[in-house]
Amino acid sequence: MTPSHASANFFTSKLTDALGWARKFSIFQYPFVTACCGMEYMATNASHYDQDRFGAGFPRFSPRQSDVLFVVGTISQKIAPVLKTVYDQMCEPKWVVAFGVCTCTGGFYDNYATVMGIDTIIPVDIYIPGCPPRPENVIDGLIKLQEKIQKGEQSRGLYDPRLKTGRPAGMQQGYSIEGQIKHREP
Amino acid sequence: MTPAQKVQEQFAPEILEAHVFRGDEMITIRASALRAVAQFLKETPELDFNFLMDLTAVDYLFYAGGRIAKEWRFEVVYHFFSLKYNHRMRIKVALDEKNPEVDSLCDLWACANWYEREVWDMFGIRFKGHPNCKRILMYEAFQGHPLRKDYPVNKRQPLIGPQI
Repeated sequence: MTPSHASANFFTSKLTDALGWARKFSIFQYPFVTACCGMEYMATNASHYDQDRFGAGFPRFSPRQSDVLFVVGTISQKIAPVLKTVYDQMCEPKWVVAFGVCTCTGGFYDNYATVMGIDTIIPVDIYIPGCPPRPENVIDGLIKLQEKIQKGEQSRGLYDPRLKTGRPAGMQQGYSIEGQIKHREP
Repeated sequence: MTPAQKVQEQFAPEILEAHVFRGDEMITIRASALRAVAQFLKETPELDFNFLMDLTAVDYLFYAGGRIAKEWRFEVVYHFFSLKYNHRMRIKVALDEKNPEVDSLCDLWACANWYEREVWDMFGIRFKGHPNCKRILMYEAFQGHPLRKDYPVNKRQPLIGPQI
């Protein structure tokens, strides 16, 4: 390796670090709020828990101006194309946070109307489970997202229900009525 | 004479069931008689049911876990109210599984329009004479009617994303 190459490598890695540092403390979020989780999301944003301490206090209501898509609340089959469009309209680099069990796996819904986890439609970076998650939980998720942004990592894959891949191990299986019935039988 | 007694007197051969529970009157009628009964309820001066409060349907397939067998599968339920006399009436229309079709009441009570579209969407019951009988809650590409008891509870029809 020539000395010129070595210096170039050294310089780019520090630039990535600097970019990651700048990005993780200036998260412009797009709140896609559809259901009751919105209350907990507001509580996290309000003065008591204050997401702004982590640089994520400034919601933008245009997907083109935001870095992180917060999907807060149940996503139905009818709103799913809208969510996909919003995600596609966001500029790179972009991250997605699934807020609450409904967005993670579909939660307790298992019916004709609900999408069984938004990761079947768009790639998800951080899952925050809970029904709804407490603000501490949300801030924990936000810090994990910041670590991811610092490293320059982004999720790209979708969840495949047939292969059961693309979801954290604890969320491989969504809630299913058959599973519950089998579990209860002696 | 209560409103239900008036209807029973007028339409005796069309009535399948009738009862009163704690002052709430209920009559089950044949589908063919709905239009005449509704017109009677609305246009008789001493009844004057000028308000259709609710319109929904019930699917009695596997009713009470299959222990109670009904002669018909569907019932369309109409809740009428008179603002003038402050009295109420519940009319149920018995419908066959093979031909679930009933007359539309859109021209008598305009609010029946969206209710009937919802019942069509969820139960697949057709309304004869409805001006615009298409789905109201589900999307057009949706197949089947999700509140029918024989619709699989786990079946999903995604617009986008993988089919489960």
